Amino acid sequence: MVDDVFTPGIKAGRLEEGAYAAQFSDLHPPLDHHEALVAADRCYFCHDAPCITACPTDIDIPLFIRQIATGTPDAAAKTILGQNIMGGMCARVCPTEQLCEQSCVREVAEGKPVLIGQLQRYATDHLQQQGIHPFTRADATGKTVAVVGAGPAGLSCAHRLAMLGHDVVVYDARPKAGGLNEFGIAAYKTPNGFAQDEVDWLLKIGGICIETGKALGEGLTLDALKAKFDAVFLAIGLGGVNALGAQGEDKDGVTDAVDFIAELRQSSDLTALPIGRDVVVIGGGMTAIDAAVQAKLLGALNVTLVYRRGRDRMNASPFEQDLAASKGVRIVTHAVPVAVHGNGAVREIEFEYVDGAMKGTGEMLRLPADQVFKAIGQTLQGDGLPDLEGRKIAVTGAGRTSVKGVWAGGDCASGGDDLTVTAVAEGRDAAMDIHAALTA
Amino acid sequence: MADLTSEFVGIKSPNPFWLASAPPTDKEYNVRRAFDAGWGGVVWKTLGMEGPPVVNVNGPRYGAIWGADRRLLGLNNIELITDRPLEVNLREMKAVKRDYPDRALIASIMVPCEEEAWKAILPHVEETGADGIELNFGCPHGMAERGMGSAVGQVPEYIEMVTRWCKMYTRMPVIVKLTPNITNVLYPAEAAKRGGADAVSLINTINSITSVDLDNFAPEPMIDGKGTHGGYCGPAVKPIALNMVAEIARNPATADLPISGIGGVTTWRDAAEFLALGAGNVQVCTAVMTYGFKIVQEMISGLSEYMDSKDMTSVDQLVRKAVPNVTDWNQLNLNYVAKARIDQDACISCGRCFAACEDTSHQAIAMSEDRTFTVIDEECVACNLCVNVCPVEDCISMVPMEAGTTDPRTGKVVDPAYANWTTHPNNPSATAAE
Ligand SMILES: Cc1cc2nc3c(=O)[nH]c(=O)nc-3n(C[C@H](O)[C@H](O)[C@H](O)COP(=O)(O)OP(=O)(O)OC[C@H]3O[C@@H](n4cnc5c(N)ncnc54)[C@H](O)[C@@H]3O)c2cc1C
Ligand SMILES: Cc1cc2nc3c(=O)[nH]c(=O)nc-3n(C[C@H](O)[C@H](O)[C@H](O)COP(=O)(O)O)c2cc1C
Ligand code: SF4
Ligand code: SF4
Ligand code: SF4
Repeated sequence: MVDDVFTPGIKAGRLEEGAYAAQFSDLHPPLDHHEALVAADRCYFCHDAPCITACPTDIDIPLFIRQIATGTPDAAAKTILGQNIMGGMCARVCPTEQLCEQSCVREVAEGKPVLIGQLQRYATDHLQQQGIHPFTRADATGKTVAVVGAGPAGLSCAHRLAMLGHDVVVYDARPKAGGLNEFGIAAYKTPNGFAQDEVDWLLKIGGICIETGKALGEGLTLDALKAKFDAVFLAIGLGGVNALGAQGEDKDGVTDAVDFIAELRQSSDLTALPIGRDVVVIGGGMTAIDAAVQAKLLGALNVTLVYRRGRDRMNASPFEQDLAASKGVRIVTHAVPVAVHGNGAVREIEFEYVDGAMKGTGEMLRLPADQVFKAIGQTLQGDGLPDLEGRKIAVTGAGRTSVKGVWAGGDCASGGDDLTVTAVAEGRDAAMDIHAALTA
Repeated sequence: MADLTSEFVGIKSPNPFWLASAPPTDKEYNVRRAFDAGWGGVVWKTLGMEGPPVVNVNGPRYGAIWGADRRLLGLNNIELITDRPLEVNLREMKAVKRDYPDRALIASIMVPCEEEAWKAILPHVEETGADGIELNFGCPHGMAERGMGSAVGQVPEYIEMVTRWCKMYTRMPVIVKLTPNITNVLYPAEAAKRGGADAVSLINTINSITSVDLDNFAPEPMIDGKGTHGGYCGPAVKPIALNMVAEIARNPATADLPISGIGGVTTWRDAAEFLALGAGNVQVCTAVMTYGFKIVQEMISGLSEYMDSKDMTSVDQLVRKAVPNVTDWNQLNLNYVAKARIDQDACISCGRCFAACEDTSHQAIAMSEDRTFTVIDEECVACNLCVNVCPVEDCISMVPMEAGTTDPRTGKVVDPAYANWTTHPNNPSATAAE
C-alpha cells in the first residue's frame, strides 16, 4: 500500500509526487514588471521616511522605490545592497509587517502599506540575476580579520571588511556557508537555492576565504585567532536548543525543530523526507511556526502547535500565526508539556493548561503524536567566549566584547532581536568599527 | 559609472542638474541644503532692483492638477520675483558661492527695461562671484503689468536690446530665459542670439487657470474671492517645453545656441530627454517643490546608469543625440506601415482599446462574445490610440509591416522606398519624385 496522509507513524511520500513542488513554492511569488511599477507608484517619497527608521539596516526605501518607478531597478538594488548586502534574503524573510511596512505611512493611514519587501526583492533579483556585483574593494590595507560563523552576521561583516580593503577568513562549523539562511529559514521563503546563490554572489567582492568544517572550540581557539589575525568577529549564532523538562522527553520521535528544518532545507528529494501523521510542535516563535507549517506541507494529517502563553505573547508575528492557521495548523495556547507517553517511541503527549501566571490549572490535554518537535528557544553554545550578558555575549557600541580585538554580532550577541536583518546590520556596523580600530 | 560633470557656457558643475530660479533657490538656507543634497547648480530666485522689494500676496499662491492617487501633475503659481531686499540676496549668494566653489551659481535678474537699471545691478551681481546671469523675460504675472518679465519676453526687439546691454556691462555669461507665452519661440530665441546671448533657457511658466471654485465662482487659487491667471509648470508642461527646446535646437539660425532645458523635469528620464533634444543641462523647480531636494539622487543614479548602458562616458555625448531625428511632418515616410498587435496573454479584457477605436477612430478592433479583443488589420491605420489608452504596459504594440507584403487595409504592397507628402500625388503642390 502506498503511504498517504492517513498512514500512522513517521512516513515519507505522503503526498502525490508532483505535489511537493507546489507545496514548497515561493510564499510571495516575485512581482512582475507591471506589478512592481504599480506597487512603486504608491510610495509617497516621504520626507525623513518612517519606513527607513523602521528598517534595522536603514535602507533608503523612498529612494530605491523611486529608482524602480523610474525604470532603474539596478540603481535601486545598489541603494539597497549598499546598506544591506543581504537585501535579497531580507526581502524574502523580514517580518516586514513588524518592520518597514508597519510604519509605512500608507499602512498607518489606509491599512495597506507600500509593498516594500516585495519591491526590494524585485530590485535585488533584477541585479543579482544578471550576476552583477556592484561593489569593489578599496586598496589593500594589509590587515586580516577572522570571522567565526558564516551566517548573515558573519558574511555581512566579512563583505564590508573586504570592501574596505581588509583580508578576511570566515570559519564555520557546518559544511556550507549561509548559517540559518541555509539551514533554518523556511523553505518556502527562500526556494530554488537562493541562499547559496546569494552567498556566491556576495563572495564575488573577493578577499574573503571561507573555511567550512572549522569550529571554534574544536581545534580553533579564540586565543589562537587573536594571535593570528588583527581582529576577530564572533557570529556563531545560537547553536544549542533548550530542553522541554517533560517526562519521557527522550523517546523516539521527539526531536529539535531546528534539526528537522535543517534536514528539510538540505533535502534534495522531499518525497523521501519522513513526517509524522500526528505532529505536535511545542513553542511560540518563528521556529515553531516554520516547523509546524512545513510538517503540514510535507503531508502530516494533524499538526498542533502548543504554546504556554497567549497568542499575543508569541514571538511569531500575527502574520506568521495566520499563515500557519491558513495551512491547517491548529494553535493551542496556555498549555505546558508534562509527559511524553509511548513505548519506546512517542504515541501521545500530555499537557497541562496553565493560567496567565503560568500556574497549573489541573486541566489536562492529551494529543496523539507520532512526532514531536521542540522549538522552545535556542541558546548560545561554547566555552572560552568573552563575558556574557544573560545568555549571550555582552557587547557595547558596535559589537565590542569584553576582550580587546574581539567583536561579536548577530544572534550570539546581546541586544538585537534574532532576525536576519538585525544580524546583517550588526555585522556591517561591527565591520565599520573594526575598520576604524585597524586604521586608527 | 558615467562622468556626469557638465560644462554649460563655460560654467562647470558636478552634474547637469540645476535648480530653476524659484522658491527653492530663494535664500541661502535652501541653496545650501540643495547643494548638500547633490544639486549641481542653482539659478537664484530672480533679483529685482535696489529699493523696496515687491510684495507677494499672502496666499494661497498655488493651484494644482492631480492624477490618480493625488499625484501632482501640474502646478500653477502667482508668485512674484524675490520679495527680499537685493542686498540680502547678494550677501547670501556671495557666502554660498564661497563655500561651494564647485557648484554653479547663476543670478536671475529682472529690472525695468532701461539701460541704467541693468547697468546698475550687474556690477553688484558680479561682485558675489556668481558664475553667470539669467535674464528673466518670462514671468507671466505681476511683473508683466509693470513692463518687465514676459512683457519684455514677448517683444523680440526688447530681448535683443536688453541682452546687448548685459553683454556690454558684464563679463559673466548671459543666459536668456524665454517665456512660452508667445506664438513662435524662434523669434525670441533668435533675438536673444542677435543680442549676443551665450545661451537661452526655457521654458518659464505658462499662463493658466487650473480650476474654478464652483461655489464661489472664481478661479483658483482664490484670494479673498478673486483669482488671477498664474504660471503653469510641472510634469504637465514637459511636452510643451520639449517641443520648444527641439525647435530652437534644429533651427539653423539658433542650432549653435546652448540651451538650458526647463519644464516638468521630474526624473532622470525627463532630463535625458531634454538633453537628447538639444539641452546642454536642465533646470528643475516643481519636482523639488513636490518631493524635496533629495530627488536629485535618483536623477544622478538614473542618468549615469542610462549613460553606462549606452556606453556614453560624458553628458556631451547625449546632448543633441535626437535632434537630427526631429523633422517636419511633411518629411515623414508615408510608405511606413504598421499594425496594432494585442498580446493576448497580457490583455485583461477591459475593452478600453475597443471603446477608443470603435467610437472615435477606425473601428479596427473586434470584440468576441467572450471578450477577446483582436485587431482587424483591414481597418487598422496604426494610429496608436489603443496603445495609449490600454492600461497594461506593452500589451498592445505597433508592428511594422515588412516591405513586399500587402497591407490588407489599402490592398497595396508595402514599398521599401521612402516617400513623403512633398512628392505625394494627392498633394496639389507636390514636386515630382526624383
Ligand atoms: C527556524 C528559524 C526560522 C527563522 N526564520 C526567520 C525569518 O523568517 N526571518 C528572520 O528575519 N529571521 C528568522 N530567523 C532568525 C534568523 O535566522 C537569525 O536571526 C539569523 O540567522 C542570525 O544570524 P547569525 O549570523 O547571527 O547566526 P546564524 O545564522 O545562526 O549563523 C551562525 C553560524 O555560525 C556557525 N557556528 C556556530 N557555532 C560555531 C562554532 N563554534 N565555530 C564555527 N562556526 C560556528 C553556524 O554553523 C552558522 O553557520 C529564523 C531562525 C530560525 C531558527
Ligand atoms: C512658485 C514659482 C515661482 C517662480 N519664480 C520664478 C522666478 O522668480 N524667476 C524665474 O525665472 N522663474 C520662476 N519660476 C519658473 C521656474 O523657474 C521654471 O521655469 C518653471 O517652474 C518650469 O519648470 P518646472 O516644471 O520644473 O517647475 C517660478 C516657478 C514657480 C512654481
Ligand atoms: S531589509 Fe527588511 S526591514 Fe529593511 S526595508 Fe528591507 S524588508 Fe524592510
Ligand atoms: S513610509 Fe511608505 S509611502 Fe512613505 S516613503 Fe516609506 S514606503 Fe514610501
Ligand atoms: S485596452 Fe489593453 S487590456 Fe484592455 S482590452 Fe484592449 S488590449 Fe486588452
